[in-house]
Amino acid sequence: MSDRPGAGADIVWQAGSPGLGAPAGTEWETVIGLEVHAELLTGTKLFSASPNAFGGEPNTQIDPVCLGLPGTLPVLNRHAVELAIRVGLALGAEVRPSVFARKNYYYPDMPKNFQISQYDRPINVGGSLELPSGKVVGIVRAHLEEDTGKSTHVGGGGRIDEAAWSLVDYNRAGVPLLEIVSHPDLRSAAEAREYVTELRATLLAVGASDGKMEEGSLRVDANVSVRPLGSAEFGTRCEIKNVNSLRSLGRAVEHESRRQIDLLSSGERVTQETRHWNEDTGRTSLLRSKEEATDYRYFPEPDLVPLVPDEAWIEQIRAELPLLPRQRRHRLAAATGQLPARVALVVERGQDELALAAGEAGAAPAAVLKHLEQNLADGTGRLTAPGLAELIGMEARAELSSNQVKEVLAEMVRSGESPAVVARRAGFEAVAAGELAAVVDGIIAEHPAEWQRLRTGDDRERKKMQGFFTGQVMRATKGQANGRDVAALLEDRAEA
Amino acid sequence: MADRISRADVAHVAWLARLQLGAEELERFTSQLGDVLDHATDVEALDLDGVPATSHPYPVSNVLRDDVPGPGLDRADVLAQAPDTEAGQFRVPPVRGESP
Amino acid sequence: MSAAGPAAAIASAVRAGDRSAISAVEESLAAIDAAGELGAFNAVTAEAALARAGAIDRAVEAGEDPGPLAGVPVALKDNICTRGVPTTCSSRILEGWVPPYDATVVDLLGAAGAVIVGKTNMDEFAMGSSTENSAFGPTRNPCDPERVPGGSSGGSAAAVAGGLTPLALASDTGGSIRQPASLCGVVGMKPTYGRVSRYGLVAFASSLDQIGPMASTVGDAALLYSAIAGHDPLDSTSIPEPAGDLTGALAGDVDGLRVGVVSELCGDGIDGDVRARLDAAATALASAGAQVGEVSVPAAVFGLSAYFLIAPAEASSNLARYDGVRYGLRVPAPGAVDMNVATRTAGFGDEVKRRIMLGTFALSAGYYDAYYGKAQKVRTLVVRDFAAAYERFDVLLAPTSPTVAFRFGERTANPLAMYLSDVCTVASNLAGHPAISVPFGSGSDGLPVGVQVLAPALGEHVMFRAAAALERLLTGAQAPEGATEPVEAKP
Ligand SMILES: [Mg+2]
Ligand SMILES: [Zn+2]
Repeated sequence: MSDRPGAGADIVWQAGSPGLGAPAGTEWETVIGLEVHAELLTGTKLFSASPNAFGGEPNTQIDPVCLGLPGTLPVLNRHAVELAIRVGLALGAEVRPSVFARKNYYYPDMPKNFQISQYDRPINVGGSLELPSGKVVGIVRAHLEEDTGKSTHVGGGGRIDEAAWSLVDYNRAGVPLLEIVSHPDLRSAAEAREYVTELRATLLAVGASDGKMEEGSLRVDANVSVRPLGSAEFGTRCEIKNVNSLRSLGRAVEHESRRQIDLLSSGERVTQETRHWNEDTGRTSLLRSKEEATDYRYFPEPDLVPLVPDEAWIEQIRAELPLLPRQRRHRLAAATGQLPARVALVVERGQDELALAAGEAGAAPAAVLKHLEQNLADGTGRLTAPGLAELIGMEARAELSSNQVKEVLAEMVRSGESPAVVARRAGFEAVAAGELAAVVDGIIAEHPAEWQRLRTGDDRERKKMQGFFTGQVMRATKGQANGRDVAALLEDRAEA
Repeated sequence: MADRISRADVAHVAWLARLQLGAEELERFTSQLGDVLDHATDVEALDLDGVPATSHPYPVSNVLRDDVPGPGLDRADVLAQAPDTEAGQFRVPPVRGESP
Repeated sequence: MSAAGPAAAIASAVRAGDRSAISAVEESLAAIDAAGELGAFNAVTAEAALARAGAIDRAVEAGEDPGPLAGVPVALKDNICTRGVPTTCSSRILEGWVPPYDATVVDLLGAAGAVIVGKTNMDEFAMGSSTENSAFGPTRNPCDPERVPGGSSGGSAAAVAGGLTPLALASDTGGSIRQPASLCGVVGMKPTYGRVSRYGLVAFASSLDQIGPMASTVGDAALLYSAIAGHDPLDSTSIPEPAGDLTGALAGDVDGLRVGVVSELCGDGIDGDVRARLDAAATALASAGAQVGEVSVPAAVFGLSAYFLIAPAEASSNLARYDGVRYGLRVPAPGAVDMNVATRTAGFGDEVKRRIMLGTFALSAGYYDAYYGKAQKVRTLVVRDFAAAYERFDVLLAPTSPTVAFRFGERTANPLAMYLSDVCTVASNLAGHPAISVPFGSGSDGLPVGVQVLAPALGEHVMFRAAAALERLLTGAQAPEGATEPVEAKP
């Protein structure tokens, strides 16, 4: 849950409404900070040994501790701490000695009516996330806390305020969460989505979370404010809850910033409050005003002791970290001479290893990227790097037509065979250069009138006739001629 | 320390603690809590500048458990203790508003 | 070596096959039955106890050793969770709740061969010093049924003092074992914080609570303490090092032992009778060769203020879970919040409500620094004050309770007066140090008076050594043909 101090970081948002009296035609800038709750991929809960698993029968993954039964005590899960440190290191955060605190508030799905979380001394402080676009988003903190159970509101058509009663399942209670809080560095719905996508990829890369928004293992709250473009101050923010997909995030941010701009443009104020995103209506609605904010009465959790990860442990975890999406983008960018943003798609699809290996096998980087992006969107199957490199070589030597390249590639994805084998089986033996020249000369001789039009016609006419001759050559060679070679021969003869 | 605790303070605190007080109780508790808090003013004479807080009497750190599942509770046993249940879940009167 | 207490005697007889565990348990059950008017027990588990005793007897017959507490009947304060046996904390809100698990101390008692015979009455959620705050009626002091047994562990104290069980477990958050022990004339000990697992002890104030033994002799208390002390992976605040062996402690003399009498607890607010017994204890120790001196520990007094902010603050959070959703009482209402309020309002007694509100206030926005934050700093001073005292002394000596047992109703109208009952005991909880109350004679009206031996963290060995010596010195003094000098004489 939110409402924590920034642990020595900048003040994140300030009240005040610079929009008041904004002149007509003011351009507005949206400012977004995100709080992401990620369920950690542990075998058991944060403070007890009942399983951390999604989707069991209600109240079957429970024990005395996660049910908060009288007399029970929490004991911290080492693996959850390790995953939190992995994420912290991936974000370049400082891993610090930390203390758990109790956040006190009543809600039926919270077994103890307090949540064990970290407050003024979180485990990870600072850091940043570099987006594929190259934008760097600051991280305030990433701290450990326990999840709540799940309430289902029955009757009243599922609407919470009209429900006849509620049912509570505690399977999720005590599941470890990492709450990752960004600085308000994002400026659009698209950036917000890009941030969550990149954060999710990073969490997946380090094995911290499965990142499934639809199963609730990744949950996003958005703090949204607007300000006149160029203003240095922040506007009054609203926190948007119940954003359950990337698409919702974009819609909610756009709707909310529109709402705030409309308020300010008409001389009204934005009031600091928590708002609920309604997927069906596409609107946000008031959940709680700032005045109604709960007094959480945080205090150090007396049943837990300080967590002080030693340097050796942190370094061991660092040494075991896999390459992060950002590092993989930079690596491929360096290998291909492109900008990181240019190779983001290939990395996102996880095709960068193949690309690098194909490059090492001698393929031209541009051709590798072209094939991965244009022809391998659905995956690379059994395609091997040497195979791809060989194919690109054949293509460069004009041994296959572009249609043939595509066909051969598709077969390589299926079978994993070498392009030479596939091409031979398909009868794609390239027409030898001398043979092709003879065919071209023969067809020119057969069609003198058309050849005259090609040589002397205007651009349009010439293009048309090029098509005619190419078609004739292809027909004569049963499509095995390389189009580029045919064009080169025609040009050569035309200029002679 | 701050002014003596008021009836409004006690009423607010009772609400935070999900307790309801009658008029007589509010009066009585306000006076009693005031007495205790007044007594606590004896620590005002102490110099607490730069004194760190103690929240644990015995210094232990890094108490961690291996991530190994253990036996859980049988749902029927747990629900048998509940005031009201339905379909394997704990049933409660309607909750108005969402979790903070 | 002090004479074997009744618990040690039962255990050694049962282990040797000289006596059956069944007979010991039957004797205890009969005594409990006969003393119903004391109100010491919330529940008696006769059937299970007899079955368990039978199993122990069979084990002995089979040549096995059931353990150091073989066949000894033990009573448990009703805030210690017992699988299948209701655990109420003497509160309406937990009435009927049956824990699905055993506290770690319950497992340890089983492993030591003890037989649990029932759950004892207490102040609701251990909040009180008289056992008048029980939802099920008060417990009476076996020494004088018109007087309180002290609290909050009044039921456990009365069970031992009344001879109902040789041993009882209780919990001590601010003196709840030691003060009733003093008022009932038995031994009560609070271990170093973290020495005994809190897993399964229904929390009052987590950073102060400790489970400890009550017994009629120091030796029996040590026997029970040894059975329950040690590291527990289920309690993060459990001390990882193994609990030390107390062998030798009970027989050790006090020659050269440096004993500091806490001067702040010898003056105002302490009854004359109590002061006289403290003086007598100091004199007795000195006559046995201890180096007795006075020591100022200011924290011993101002700790009370910190205690009455810290303990309620933690309690306000610990007791938030009683909301009518998962177990215990529910008072129906149209909405979830109304239901929470109705349940808690009906389920908690006044004292619990007072402390919940006090603690909620101490933690609330705008007051945290002035109250809870400040109290935690005071706690640091308490630790420092004691550390300074322990540079000069091995153990400290103080009264346990400022008064002897008082009459029912005497302090119920004035919570602050009741809170002052804890003035001599809370500092040990704040510092996390061990302390023991040992009966040391009686006051002018014949009511028992205990004196308290305090030791630094992990100082159980030296604490038991001094306590056993005090017990011997008192017994020797009262024995007509005793060789020891009478200890009543003032220096
Ligand atoms: Mg949040
Ligand atoms: Zn959170």
